[in-house]
Formats: sequence, structure tokens, C-alpha cells
Amino acid sequence: MRVEDFDMFSTLLKQRSGLVLTRDKAYLLESRLMPVARKWNMKGLEELATTVRTRKDEALLRDITEAMTTNESSFFRDQKPFDQFRQLVLPKLMAARAAKRSLRIWSAACSSGQEAYSLSMILNDEAAKLAGWRIEIVGTDISAEMVERAKAGVYTQFEVQRGLPITMLVKHFKQNGDKWQISQQLRQMASFREWNLLGDLSALGQFDIVFCRNVLIYFDQPTKAKVLESISRQMPQDGVLYLGGAETVLGITDKFKPVEGQRGLYSLGGFSAAGAKVA
Amino acid sequence: MKSCLVVDDSRVVRKVARKILEELNFACTEAEDGRQAMEACLVQMPDAILLDWNMPVMNGIDFLRGLRKMSGGDQPKVVFCTTENDLAHIQEALSAGANEYIMKPFDSDIIQTKFAQVGLL
Repeated sequence: MRVEDFDMFSTLLKQRSGLVLTRDKAYLLESRLMPVARKWNMKGLEELATTVRTRKDEALLRDITEAMTTNESSFFRDQKPFDQFRQLVLPKLMAARAAKRSLRIWSAACSSGQEAYSLSMILNDEAAKLAGWRIEIVGTDISAEMVERAKAGVYTQFEVQRGLPITMLVKHFKQNGDKWQISQQLRQMASFREWNLLGDLSALGQFDIVFCRNVLIYFDQPTKAKVLESISRQMPQDGVLYLGGAETVLGITDKFKPVEGQRGLYSLGGFSAAGAKVA
Repeated sequence: MKSCLVVDDSRVVRKVARKILEELNFACTEAEDGRQAMEACLVQMPDAILLDWNMPVMNGIDFLRGLRKMSGGDQPKVVFCTTENDLAHIQEALSAGANEYIMKPFDSDIIQTKFAQVGLL
């Protein structure tokens, strides 16, 4: 790939998705963009680059952005954050919202929906305690294709074996040929929307719990700061933010503070793990 | 070091599974069918059993039912690993006392998460 083409693609991706691509990732760009070039009946990446330069076709730009974003996901990914959610975050926030009896949860950059549905499975287990509550799970992703997949809730045999205990598969999924679809009841607990984290988030409303895991790792420092600050505006003081295992707010923003003794959990300062019994 | 008995009539599958399990620090032994597995369990109960369904001599589900009746046979965590991938088989396995269920084909990631879920890792 020509250097000027690489630079053009990486600038485009940074603007549209925040993704930072250094020159040593040229192979990644090539392998992901070749299928896009083929789909658009182009000979190769040079023609793709030329087309992008001369004609701002929104559909093409969208295909390029989607091809480059990572959509890795699994049910109950990393397990610990979900145990923490069940044992600490949910009981604490239920106590704090006892009068309002409502909770909103956001799975940011939700990919094909596994995180959102993992949460709905946990909430379903706790259904007795949550009777009369209004619980909303919202998943957003930059990729229209991923949002459609999440809404459908249909997964391959491979996907349902990554992180999902077999009892949960039996309880919540219906088999259809070699695919597995999550039950309608669980699908109704979650809604999914196409949304760019770099854009205005205010229309999404306020969230008590935000999962934004393994997203910031793809951004540079200023973009991380910008995204964390716009997320903070969508949260109450005692809301909590989940980041991925390799991510932190330290040195990026002072809006969020680590929740003491709870790895990966952050709040604007009003959430404390104290007094909770947690493994 | 925990022990795992790998039960499958395919030598290739046993070899692949064994390699993955050894990387997860299991001491592995192998059996080619349910009867051999039963004999191995009489000598020593393993901590884990990775179990195929369709095998000659004695199949996996019959072995599992027999195992759970043996003295100490409630101890091993049993993870089915089979091409049988329909709900009816999964439910039958769970009611016979299986702890987890893997639908072939599998990879190291799937084995690792399933073993972690039943508390073996």
C-alpha cells in the first residue's frame, strides 16, 4: 500500500471512529479493506483510495469504517465484571433507587450484543427482587451491521460456547438449525441503536451503569479523554462505569475515580463499595 | 496438579484435547471408550473427565450414568465434548449429571472457559 493512501485511510478512520492506526498496522488495513474493495467492484486498494479522495460516498466511507472496527465479543467476557455486577453494583444501586425503582444500563460499543444479553440473563435471574422495577438495557455500536446482529440475537454454535455456561444456553436460547437465538423475553429487555461514541451522546439519556470495555484501547489520549468526558455527562454522581482490564481513567481524566477495592470499576465519586459483601 | 481423563475413540481428538489440557496444567490420561474409562476411574478418580458421546463398546452417556453411581463417582467434573449438538442431547447429558457441554468443533478457548466455569481452573 502506498504511504499516502495509508495516511489518508488512517486520517479518515480517526475522524470517523476514533481508531488510531499506526504504520505498523498497514497489513491489518490491507486485509480488512480488500473485501470492501471487492464488494464495490474495485481492483484494489489504490482504486479504493482514489475513490475515497474524489467522491465522498457515505455508504462507502461507512463500509470502510465498519471493516476496521473490531467486533470481538463473548458472553460474560472476563466473568469477574459480571460477578461484581450481580453481587455489588446491582444491590447497591437497587438500594439507592428504591424510591424511583428504575435502572438504565448502557452497553457502549456493544458489538453483536453478548454483553447486553449477559446482563439481561443476570437480571432475569434476579427477577423476583426486581418485580415492579423498570429496567432498561441499551446497546449502541458504530456498526449498523453489528446493531442488526445484536437485535436479532442469533449466534453461531461457536459464539454460544464462548463464555456462556451450558445451563444458560439451555434456559435462554432456542435452537434453529446450527444457530442459536436468545429468547424473545430476553431480547425484549434490551434495545440496540447505531451510535458513534465520538458524537453527541445526550439524546441517549442518563445511565446508572455504563459498560465501555475494551473500547478506549483503540483511541489516542485526547480521544479517550473526550469520550470519557462525554460519557460522564450521561451519568449521575453515584453511577458506575466499567472499563476493560487493560484500561484506566488515571492520567486521562479526573472526572472518574476508581471505586476503591474494585478493579475496572469507576464512578464520578458518589459510589462506594463499602458495606457490601463481595467475594 | 489436577488430573483429567480424556475419553474419545478418535486418537486425533484425544491428542488435540490432551495438548490443550496439558497447557492448562492438567495431568492427562486417555481412554478409547466408556468401558476403558470406567476401568480407569476404578483405579483412580480423576478431577475432570472430557467425554465424547458416540464411542464403541460403551458410549459416553452410559459411562456417565455408571460413573455417578460409583463410590466417589460424584466427584469428577464431567465435560461432554461431542458432535451431538441438539438441545435434547444437551438436556439428557445434564440430567445424567454432566457439569458442562462442549459441541465439537472446539478450540482451546472454549475448553478453557468451560473448565473455568465448572471451577477446574
